[in-house]
Amino acid sequence: MTTTLTRPGALAASGHPLVRPDAAKHLTDEQVEELGRELDAVRDEILAKRGATDAAYIRRVIKVQRSLEFAGRGTLLFSKYKAAWVAGTAMLSVAKILENMEIGHNVLHGQWDWMRDPDIHSTTWEWDFVTPARSWQHTHNDLHHRWTNVIGKDRDVGYNLLRMDPDQPWRPFNLGNPLYNAILAPVFEWGIALYDLEIPEYKEGLKSKEAMNRDLKAVGVKVIKQFSKDYAATPAVAMLTGSGKQALYGTLAANAIRNFWAHAVIFCGHFPEGTDTFTEEEVEGETRGDWYVRQMIGSANISGSKFMHLMTGNLSHQIEHHCFPDLPSNRYAEVAVKVREICSRYNLPYTTGPLPKQVGSTWAKIFKLALPNRKPKTA
Amino acid sequence: MIRFTKLARVASALITPLTPEDFLALFNPVYSSRQLRGVVTRVVRETEDSATIHFRPGHGWHGHQAGQWARIGVELDGVRHWRSYSLSNAAGHDPAITVKDAGAVSHVLVRDTKPGDVLFLAPPQGDFVLPEHPRSLLMLTAGSGITPVMSMIRTLVPRRPDADVVLINSNSTPEKSLFREELDELADQFPNLTVRHWFTSARGRLEFTAKAIADLCPDWRTRAAYACGPEGFLNAAEELWEREAALETARTVPSITAGAEAQSTRTGTLTIERFTTDLTAGAGHDGGLVTFEQSDREVQADGDTPLLDIGEDAGILMPSGCRMGICHSCLIPLRAGQVRDLRTGELHNEPGQLIQTCVSAAAGPVNLDL
Repeated sequence: MTTTLTRPGALAASGHPLVRPDAAKHLTDEQVEELGRELDAVRDEILAKRGATDAAYIRRVIKVQRSLEFAGRGTLLFSKYKAAWVAGTAMLSVAKILENMEIGHNVLHGQWDWMRDPDIHSTTWEWDFVTPARSWQHTHNDLHHRWTNVIGKDRDVGYNLLRMDPDQPWRPFNLGNPLYNAILAPVFEWGIALYDLEIPEYKEGLKSKEAMNRDLKAVGVKVIKQFSKDYAATPAVAMLTGSGKQALYGTLAANAIRNFWAHAVIFCGHFPEGTDTFTEEEVEGETRGDWYVRQMIGSANISGSKFMHLMTGNLSHQIEHHCFPDLPSNRYAEVAVKVREICSRYNLPYTTGPLPKQVGSTWAKIFKLALPNRKPKTA
Repeated sequence: MIRFTKLARVASALITPLTPEDFLALFNPVYSSRQLRGVVTRVVRETEDSATIHFRPGHGWHGHQAGQWARIGVELDGVRHWRSYSLSNAAGHDPAITVKDAGAVSHVLVRDTKPGDVLFLAPPQGDFVLPEHPRSLLMLTAGSGITPVMSMIRTLVPRRPDADVVLINSNSTPEKSLFREELDELADQFPNLTVRHWFTSARGRLEFTAKAIADLCPDWRTRAAYACGPEGFLNAAEELWEREAALETARTVPSITAGAEAQSTRTGTLTIERFTTDLTAGAGHDGGLVTFEQSDREVQADGDTPLLDIGEDAGILMPSGCRMGICHSCLIPLRAGQVRDLRTGELHNEPGQLIQTCVSAAAGPVNLDL
């Protein structure tokens, strides 16, 4: 985890980036500074309130998730009965989704570190996902969240596989954009594990051989454990009831359902119509206020019910999550009201929409960018 | 916890990355693979503002020696806080702590704890224990300083007729005196225990002069002494023992090297237990001396520079990430001292707490586990 990307120090105390993004061009330095202060105040307000009810919330979610995992896997052991297969697969799918999204992603962000509970902590948590937690924390928490949507810095823009922005140069390889994405969706966890190895960085000499070996070893161990749990141990035990094959289909289905879902939700975070990407000039000299602006105009929310927010791990509040990645996820809904109001007051876009619309918008972009950019019209 | 190791290994293959404990915890909160826990079995009120909490520890606890202490964690508004408490019951028995309501954590323990509650634990430790070989003993205690000594007395007095223990126990009033009745009963029942109560409301502060101590225990010089109580009480005791040792050296011993050895044979030793190791916190923005314990480095830090920068400038291999407080890659355990969150001004001083070095600065002396 020691890639040697050039790090700018902390954010600039005052001033502005070399170029301010188009969507925020109308704001003066003073306005951006004031916006930064307002968002800091939103954060402070939540910190002051955070306490026993929040702790009870995450423990309740964990309890529900583990009960579902236990019941789902247990039921799959009898999956030669069709009803048991359906119920077991459904429970296990929901358990995996909750584990990855509302629990794993957020615990690994340090959202619950303030409780000082070693059982629910970013430094100890490991998740039911192929990529090792520590590798993911590096590429996600550090690189993606700091460089959000900066072309050339944030490799989450397309995950080294897809062309997701017109500013990424077109190559014939990109003709397969929709195909690659369709293949990626059901095996998303494997794609992320591969991505977290940072193979391009290694080839470019940005990642040391020791780091590469260490990451390979970690992912190897994790792969063996994850693979044998779902595709060997569970079917093996199910064979005792003559349900071995059905149990295997059950775990395969549960993993695929989780992968489809996670892929859909995560792709709605930064790719739908209305989200911006940025050049390095637009982050050079960025202040706290400008950093907030970039997070807000570079992210998109998903509207929906409370259950929907839970199942997306509150990534449906992607904008709020990007402004405050380590605030507990159960607080994003109330934060959203304030962030949205601030955006409208400063005349900044706040992208949101129901899941089907955002998924459609993302796919449209994936198709469109499979082809080279149309030549700009001459003025 | 795992007695059926093989079974547990099979189970682990089915539930990785979780552990069997993670599932057992659904039914019994004492289970955790990372954190020793105990369940409160009984709470006994001792005085108006103190209580004894008996608990049944989970797997990983080991029996305590009389006089040892344990770190106890409780949650206040969702946040885990740790304090050290002496174990007050006899060695070989289920553990219990006796707590005086004197701060946020002890307040919760004394006022709100009930049977069935979960306590977070670290195994017993400490060197304030009985001597290996039988010796006549003098115990000096004040206030809740009686707790570790109570464990020693309960362990030693009923079982060892050859023991010889004198206890001088200072308290403001009889009502505030912990274990007073039990001590009197033990002293009645067992000739090997003598209890001298000292009530400061009636007699003023217990003076640590050779004469005052001799009035309470004539042969005090020949006894191995143990003291536990507030800072001032312990300092006064230490001074008396040092004065006596110096006098003896001057009187009888011509050679300095022999003198050092003579001390230990002539005047009894004094073993003390302090409640707090006092790292005086600076006021807000003062900064302080930062000690990287594993790296064995000390650096003077101002109150506004992140500890991450301080460490890196000193050549320490610091874990780091975003450098703006969002990614939690830079967490390091605080060993002692106090840091200030540069974003909120909030102070953190809980030993063992993980701190974000990229947004924390020294607020007084700081010891880091790195």
